[in-house]
Amino acid sequence: MNGPPDMEIVGTLSDLPTSAVGSRHLVWWGNIGFMLIEGTGFALAAAAYLYLMTQAPAWPPKGDALPGLLWGGIFTALLLVSEIPALWVLRCARAKKVGGVRWGTLILTLFGAALLVPRGFEFAHLGVPWHQDGYGSVVWLLLVLHTTHVVTELGESAVQTVWLFTHQIGDDQFSDVEDNSNYWTFVVVAWLPIYVLIYWAPRAV
Amino acid sequence: MTPDPALEDQISRTWGDPPGLWGFIATVDHKRIAARYIVTALLLMFLAGMLALDMRWQLTVPENTRMTPQLYNESFSLHGSTMLYLVSVPVMEAMAFWLVPLMLGARNMAFPRLGAFSYWLYLGGVLTLWIAHAMDITPDLGWFEYPPLAGPAYSPGHRADIWAQMITFTEVAALCASVNVAATILKMRPPGMTLARMPVFLWAMLIASIMTILSMPAIMLVTSMLISDRMVSTHFFSPGAGGDVILFQHLFWFFGHPEVYIIFIPATGFVSSIVETFSRRRLFGHSVLVLSIISIGALAFGLWVHHMFAVGLPRLGNDFYTAASMAIALPAGLQIFCWIATIWSGRPRFDTPMLWVIAFVLTFVIGGLSGIMTASAALDLQLTDTYFIVAHFHYVLVGGALFPLFGAFCYWYPKATGRMMSERWGKIALVGIVGGFNLGFFPMHLLGLMGMPRRVYTYPTGMGWDTLNQIATAGSVISVLGGLVFVANAVVSYWRGAPSGADPWQGSTLEWASASPAPPWNFTYTPVVHSLTPMWDESRPLPVMEGLASDHREVLITSVTDAAPLYRQKSTSPSIWPIVAAVAVTIMFIASIFTPWAVPLGSVLIGAALTGWFWPLRPRAKQGPLGRGA
Amino acid sequence: MRRIPILLAALLLNGCGGIQSVMSPAGDEAAALHDLLLLSVAVCGAIYLLVMGGLGWSLWRRRGATVPALTGEEPALDRSLWVAAAVILAGLTILIVGSFLADRALFAARGSEALQVRVTGHQYWWRIEYRDPATGRWIETANELHLPQGRTARVALGSADVIHSFWVPNVAGKIDMVPGRRNLIDLTPRRLGWFRGQCSEYCGTQHAHMAFDVKVDSPPAFDAWLAAQARPASPAPDPIAAQGASVFAGPCAACHAVRGTDAGGRAGPDLTHFASRRSIAAGTLPMTRGNVQAWIAQPQALKPGVPMPAVPLSPKDADAVAHYLATLR
Repeated sequence: MNGPPDMEIVGTLSDLPTSAVGSRHLVWWGNIGFMLIEGTGFALAAAAYLYLMTQAPAWPPKGDALPGLLWGGIFTALLLVSEIPALWVLRCARAKKVGGVRWGTLILTLFGAALLVPRGFEFAHLGVPWHQDGYGSVVWLLLVLHTTHVVTELGESAVQTVWLFTHQIGDDQFSDVEDNSNYWTFVVVAWLPIYVLIYWAPRAV
Repeated sequence: MTPDPALEDQISRTWGDPPGLWGFIATVDHKRIAARYIVTALLLMFLAGMLALDMRWQLTVPENTRMTPQLYNESFSLHGSTMLYLVSVPVMEAMAFWLVPLMLGARNMAFPRLGAFSYWLYLGGVLTLWIAHAMDITPDLGWFEYPPLAGPAYSPGHRADIWAQMITFTEVAALCASVNVAATILKMRPPGMTLARMPVFLWAMLIASIMTILSMPAIMLVTSMLISDRMVSTHFFSPGAGGDVILFQHLFWFFGHPEVYIIFIPATGFVSSIVETFSRRRLFGHSVLVLSIISIGALAFGLWVHHMFAVGLPRLGNDFYTAASMAIALPAGLQIFCWIATIWSGRPRFDTPMLWVIAFVLTFVIGGLSGIMTASAALDLQLTDTYFIVAHFHYVLVGGALFPLFGAFCYWYPKATGRMMSERWGKIALVGIVGGFNLGFFPMHLLGLMGMPRRVYTYPTGMGWDTLNQIATAGSVISVLGGLVFVANAVVSYWRGAPSGADPWQGSTLEWASASPAPPWNFTYTPVVHSLTPMWDESRPLPVMEGLASDHREVLITSVTDAAPLYRQKSTSPSIWPIVAAVAVTIMFIASIFTPWAVPLGSVLIGAALTGWFWPLRPRAKQGPLGRGA
Repeated sequence: MRRIPILLAALLLNGCGGIQSVMSPAGDEAAALHDLLLLSVAVCGAIYLLVMGGLGWSLWRRRGATVPALTGEEPALDRSLWVAAAVILAGLTILIVGSFLADRALFAARGSEALQVRVTGHQYWWRIEYRDPATGRWIETANELHLPQGRTARVALGSADVIHSFWVPNVAGKIDMVPGRRNLIDLTPRRLGWFRGQCSEYCGTQHAHMAFDVKVDSPPAFDAWLAAQARPASPAPDPIAAQGASVFAGPCAACHAVRGTDAGGRAGPDLTHFASRRSIAAGTLPMTRGNVQAWIAQPQALKPGVPMPAVPLSPKDADAVAHYLATLR
């Protein structure tokens, strides 16, 4: 019976490096995959919002209050500001700067915790409880979906910070910091259309 | 070149699994994980088949009181849900898990622990549904539970919640598996396997994975919205409170239609591989096949409204979805042309895998054509929700996915086990399964045209439906008997089949370059590829590269389009974290059927498990200022 | 596999003349769809034969071939690919055009005046109301739909609870009855006689027993029937019926209405002219005295899961109620 075919060595892979940066790195692609999944989820939730909006005679329905603008504005501003340390830590990770990734990740963690404060007030000032009607349900859905991402990022950044400050950092960990920063950017960018839907669509209709 | 025994010994120790139960639980070997997926799915297929026989028996005579309506309704719900969520998609993922690294000359998947996690979470979904059945809280509203029937007002209790959460399990598992497969295919190809030299099978698995990523969020979202309506009084689907019942259908079918192509497209990959090897010539129309798969994948997202033609949506939309649903027949038809053209210009051999391909063409085309009939929004108003549709979807799913799967099973069985299945019993099983299936399901087209709706636990006397129902039952019984022969063949051949050697069929692609069964690390050296059919190339010996580490687990990462070697990536060893994380997620999912507090509390548990999973194992800083590590 | 066409022919002839059949059109809409069905079967059948022919020829031609297989570019196969694509496109074009034409036929009567009917789906029965053009009032009945031959009935479909679907295959295709939505369907019957409709969207435990009888009458007969349905119930003609009526006024009247009496419940079907119908319990059983009596005594035994509870009645009272219902023509 036949065994594996006869082989001939034509080259070596041993000279290859043992890590990579950016989209050359394998895990970067896994991160993109999960962004695609979550992004699709956001897009579909937004589509559900728009569907209910186009089916309703009035939006928000008669008797429902508009969401207050103050806390949504504060959250959005703070989130956009947080993008600065996110981009800075990305640069530090690519340049393999140890101090930069440690402090940058810590700053992101602090931003994540701080963001939960205006987010909490946003929930309180949405104007309609989730169980009142379809409008209330879908507005809460959008905000809850985004909040789970903020919480996840807070968690991931916090765990990374603890690890980075207590260990010697290798190339794979620089990649992890890169991926975390990219995901943070995704959370920021995903918020913008959702912000428009929650706060401005009912005012425009 | 003779293999170096010292090298093989070291690699074997690096890549081997720990023995016993610990190795079973902690393994990240893609072949072992795929095997348990396949065994689980086949067992569930058997259970679903038993449910089907029970229903067929009930429908053999009119006004039958043997089964209560409650039991029957549970049966069709459990049968459909099991086959669609727990068998068809998972088994295709499993075939990808098993074959993709082998066909790429790679040592493992991109994310080995994620693969193990996918299986354990899938198992959680299986247990959720079937333990619920054992406890008599079986879901009973079909495999797509429309509100308001599935809402809190008309279905109190937890049956509908069990269904919705089971889906969450299986969809998270499938999404993780898809990211894994896609990353492996994009980043771990052998040197020289540019996208243009990538076999059709890998294209099929890549497209199916991307489709999964883009469609499954829809069903996750909609089942969560349903649970939310039922548990915390949201009003997504309450018509009286500004919600919309049809929103559920749009979101569900936005997933539901791509889902059936996610099941079918891998099957086209199986057919392509088998046709190439058993025609003994390279596939005709490689670019047509690849473009067809890509266009089917894209078109599949634009068809979902054809499941809603009877809802009363605007006519202009129905016209568009009719045209789009018919248009998908073009790439599907061209694929069939290419396969037949390969046979026409080849030297066909009629071993069992090729016979399954023939059965596939004969059967699937009937299903495809009945699909063209239902693609017409107008004609569908007579055909939808009747036994015509039951016939249609069984023809495309059984003929279009299961027959290629059985062929693939026979084809790659020697690679997995080192043994050949019996040709004689394989042919007997095929005749039973294929003949029984057609006898059982063809009459259903007529039953639908004669007015028999679907999902009915009985029907009146005097409608003229009796004889056809009896024929359908007889055919189903024959088909199941054939299935039992198939399984018996597989089991007996494991111990008594003829030894196969590495390449019993003279296959064209790289998996045939490894030993049979493949060792845990698949390949000692990394193949270099110069064509679509590397095993048929003139150049012998097979060109390979050495240099991947043998003292720790390492895989080769290459570039996306040109497969140029980029770097060597550490590959994870056996780990407890996948099962721990899966248990944490299972606890959260099941508890959230009973209380919403399970979500925040469960998340803490999951966070802990994920922290353990991703905690990098590098040395802690010793003394002095923290600095850069080696 | 060869026995399939023979089977098909035999059974097709058997099933053609059904009262709930797509293949026996008795109305304009069903006729248009039947024509499309035949066109589709012809086109799809031709394609199937072509594919099977191609496969069979390929297998036959190359069986036992010893000559090495062709590889590389084969101009003949490449050209054939284009031919195959053209054939597929041609077939699809024929079917798409046929579909659009049939769709237009389904809505052809929309511009013109029609008999207005309202059908509301319940678990597991049908509320049927006709608009009286003279008075503008709605005349209510249940579970049996009468239609005038040659006239279009425009049926507004709704649901009181879950999604149902209205389907009379001999007359037209089906349309769902969706809560929160009003759908319209045109029915233009051409043949006199009895037909059967059935719910075609899974709606719960007794979805299988949610059917209705359809009678196509000549226009004068239809008008007479409708006028009779519009009248309130005649008073009970004999003492047993009177006894039955008084028992009815208790538990039964909570859910059922008999116009002309105090019974005004709307949770269940209107029974004002119950005895004029052909079947009971939404097409579950034929209208006979025995079936009515059994239904009143034990609805859950005959249709388990139906919302009608078993009301305990003494045998004398049950007999009286059944007798009373039999007088409600």
